[in-house]
Amino acid sequence: MVTPDREQLRETARRVAGAVADPEIPVLTIADLGVLRDVRVLESGIEVDITPTYCGCPAMTMIALEIELALEKAGLGRPKVVTVLSPAWTTDWMSDEGRAKLKDYGIAPPQKGAGRRALFGVDTVACPQCGSTDTAAIADFGSTACKALWRCNTCREPFDYFKCH
Amino acid sequence: MTSIRLADTPLLTYVLRRADDALVLGHRLSEWCGKAPLMEEEMALANMGLDLIGQARALYTYAGEVEAKGHDEDALAYLRDERAYRNLLLVEQPNGDFALTMVRQLLYAAFVDPYWRAMMASRDTTLAAIAAKAEKETAYHLRHSAEWVVRLGDGTAESRRRAERALAQLWPFTDELFHTDEIEREMIATGVAVDPATLRDTWRTTVAGVLARATLTMPEDGWMQSGGRGGRHSEHLGHLLAELQYMQRTIPGATW
Repeated sequence: MVTPDREQLRETARRVAGAVADPEIPVLTIADLGVLRDVRVLESGIEVDITPTYCGCPAMTMIALEIELALEKAGLGRPKVVTVLSPAWTTDWMSDEGRAKLKDYGIAPPQKGAGRRALFGVDTVACPQCGSTDTAAIADFGSTACKALWRCNTCREPFDYFKCH
Repeated sequence: MTSIRLADTPLLTYVLRRADDALVLGHRLSEWCGKAPLMEEEMALANMGLDLIGQARALYTYAGEVEAKGHDEDALAYLRDERAYRNLLLVEQPNGDFALTMVRQLLYAAFVDPYWRAMMASRDTTLAAIAAKAEKETAYHLRHSAEWVVRLGDGTAESRRRAERALAQLWPFTDELFHTDEIEREMIATGVAVDPATLRDTWRTTVAGVLARATLTMPEDGWMQSGGRGGRHSEHLGHLLAELQYMQRTIPGATW
């Protein structure tokens, strides 16, 4: 049975876990990213479900550790962090607030409605600095698995693009 | 350290074959670290390798659960001998030059991309979940390698010569992508697996389209080499595993 106390505890745990920042894009929290999937309060303690953005994302171990640390610091005890694969993470789960934060940080946010990739590139990505759509891809793979490297032909600045997924 | 022995049960073998494909190709791509022809490719090759090793980890973890003998992803990757590895011969072929690496990636990605998409409908919910993640990643691998094969084939005389040589060298390993045996057929019959034969037309269309843009000629199907799914490998896999497994074999259970 879900008692009001338990529901409140779940909300608190969700807020604390959700505030954990992505180690590679520190302006985003795992709640913004949609990496935090569920928080449960069980007899045995708190369980937190997270889902990887990419199969090989090296930040996942770090994120799990940060969640444990955050919940313990908040006096909620050590949680069990579970990695779930299904449903598969998509950039559509990124919150509007998250997209705005990304853009302010200088990373072009992913477009909504991630569909199949065309075999040859046809994306239009707006420059996060000046807003121009006269941009070009430099490399499909950037400094982390989730980003590509682009260049703005108007303001001449290079920028990261958070790839649709 | 002593190698682990596994029973040849259909689901376990089926999952291990896919895990081995991903790990071996991921390891091959990691061999480019520090040696790629340009900075962007340094990152691209490492990124694709990371995706594949991530897929391998999920698959090995699942294989360990299927076997239920307490073997985790590390035991399955580090403590099996060459003959116990069931990967395709294509993915273990040495990197060669950049053209060979990109052609190898194209030939594999053009298969595995529609494969994972089809596997999203697998009756095995874990495999379906892994497929849903993997298909998004392999779509990028396919695009990246396709764009490079076009540049190389339709590039300079030298890049074209190398792309042609890579195609000729790797073509005999492509038929194995579509092979089935008793294990695979059982998995197909129970709705766990997709029949790779149904993906052959898609694969040919994709590869033919890229080669046409690259102004390269699609090789004729001649003598086709196979054996990897049964543990009969080319001379290259043993060397790869020696490097991959060296630390865990020398200092069992080493952590840092």
